[in-house]
Amino acid sequence: MGERKLMRGNEVIAEAAIRAGCECYFAYPITPQAELLEHMARNMPRLGRTFVQAESEIGAINMLYGAAAAGVRAMTSSSSPGISLKQEGISYIAGSNLPAVIVNIMRGGPGLGDIAPAQGDYFQATKGGGHGDYRMIVLGPSTVPEAGELTILAFDLADKYRVPVMILADGMLGQMMEPVELPDPVDPATLPKKDWALTGAKGRDPNIILSFDLDPEVLKQMNLVLQEKYRKIEDNEARYEEYQTDDADIVIAAYGTVARIAKTVVRRARAEGIKLGLFRPITLWPFPYEPLRELASRVKTVLTVEMSAGQMWEDVRLAVAERAETPFYGEMGGVVTTPKKILSEVRKYAR
Amino acid sequence: MAVRTRKLPAPEVLPAASHPMHKYLREDRLPHIWCSGCGLGTALSCFTHALDELGLGPKDVAVVSGIGCTGRVAGYVNLDSYHTTHGRAIPFATGLTIAQPEKKVIVFSGDGDLFAIGGNHFIHAARRNIDITVICVNNFNYGMTGGQFGPTTPIGARGTTAPYGNYENPFNLPYLAASSGAVYVARWTTVHVRRLKDAMVEAIEKPGFTFVELVSPCPTNYGRRNGLGDGLEETRYYAQRSVICHGADPKEADLIPGEDIIVGKFLERDRLTFLQMYEKQIVEKNKLRHF
Repeated sequence: MGERKLMRGNEVIAEAAIRAGCECYFAYPITPQAELLEHMARNMPRLGRTFVQAESEIGAINMLYGAAAAGVRAMTSSSSPGISLKQEGISYIAGSNLPAVIVNIMRGGPGLGDIAPAQGDYFQATKGGGHGDYRMIVLGPSTVPEAGELTILAFDLADKYRVPVMILADGMLGQMMEPVELPDPVDPATLPKKDWALTGAKGRDPNIILSFDLDPEVLKQMNLVLQEKYRKIEDNEARYEEYQTDDADIVIAAYGTVARIAKTVVRRARAEGIKLGLFRPITLWPFPYEPLRELASRVKTVLTVEMSAGQMWEDVRLAVAERAETPFYGEMGGVVTTPKKILSEVRKYAR
Repeated sequence: MAVRTRKLPAPEVLPAASHPMHKYLREDRLPHIWCSGCGLGTALSCFTHALDELGLGPKDVAVVSGIGCTGRVAGYVNLDSYHTTHGRAIPFATGLTIAQPEKKVIVFSGDGDLFAIGGNHFIHAARRNIDITVICVNNFNYGMTGGQFGPTTPIGARGTTAPYGNYENPFNLPYLAASSGAVYVARWTTVHVRRLKDAMVEAIEKPGFTFVELVSPCPTNYGRRNGLGDGLEETRYYAQRSVICHGADPKEADLIPGEDIIVGKFLERDRLTFLQMYEKQIVEKNKLRHF
């Protein structure tokens, strides 16, 4: 393990990507994730790797598409409006069965919005922001060290399933500093070889990477292959954390920054005698439906808290399926909720 | 030697005065967010003087900006104004001018917005000769996001994403505009306030795609990292190194640190605008009737 350092969330994601063996990184400046580019600009050239500041987010996602097709570990990052621009490329990467990592440090929307932390891109990330029947693994870190761990996991999952993987964090996590300890770097040369990559066809049959067939029957087969892969991911990769749920009457369902704030609420509520717990999805797709369903049958209330108008709330209601009441509390526009506000919501449902 | 001192009279306290061009400004939104020493105040001031000289009022003009420091211009003018998507000010302005061709549509934006993410739109609007004026405040970096290098940053200059110095060739904006089809191309710096105002007047008056580049200091992000001093020092540098050369070949007008800054009106020519071509090539040729 490396040394313990005080680092900003954006820098931790960048450094974790480097240590995971990211050889190419493409991005365009946007607040609140500019430090990610800056860390890459400083450190990629030292390792003989490449950072390209693209001419736009669309440029960056298609550069990622190209590098992914060449079989190297590659990444792009942006914030909400920039991620919207990348959706066409993400759909093509998914359709072409390519591994790639995309970081979204969310800010307030819609439109230009603001530069404050928000969680309004959950639908876009988990339900397919681009066109067609595709899915993307979405990881929602709630602390700075976890942002590093999940970045490394993102590269591993992307390669394992040949899918795009998104790190869905927010401006708070991107800007916040915490002590982190990152693992030793992986040497990209030691990673498993990708025999499907476009590396030059000398001595073998040419590889073709596409997301296209004019024959509907063939395209249907291509879709079925994707769906089969998505079922496998759903079965194997759902991740979540339960905090003080064993005897809970009320459970908060929250991810990312809000889940971290909610942990404080759990402690404060318990000091008041309210049996509160926390259910925190770590993978937002695949969403941990089964564990939440099981938990919901033991509690009275599942209160979803988000920095949005209620997006993950839909998945929570699908999971709970009326086994418990499912109220919602959210803030929008970059307003970060506080333990006090959440606690006063919780009190409404306490016996 | 005896030092003679003299008691200075108390400074005269002036009554709170309005900006001389207050009729064009949303005074409720002032003070602006631009840094001390930034060239954008000069740019906006010249623009309001140009509108005044042209006698253009709120019913005649729309101002369109993209995203970035220059993008804030749209928020400070007391005219119909639009703060659009990053890089898409030109297509937005294209829609606006085609829907109401009698209005003067002016795009006010920065080098990153117009020439990185918006580069494709710029060349196509110039090619089509859309009837808009594009004023580009070129400060050689992305100021709003903290000083990343951009499409006009000179080779070797530093930015937060070019910690070892920029290694990408920059655009020569007048050359790009001229070769894409613009009918008026000029470059001035923030020291040339009268000439800049005159260029804005000419560009706004002229039908078709007209382009004015304004070389402007960004002391907070670009100047500081590149040893250019504060805004005043950089402006003084412009005064010393600018060479006015009307009709110069824009190809020869690269901006290279330490070399002369070629400024002036590089080009003025006449081409039919997009709507004139539309009328001529489609409506007249095919004898289509207007309903």
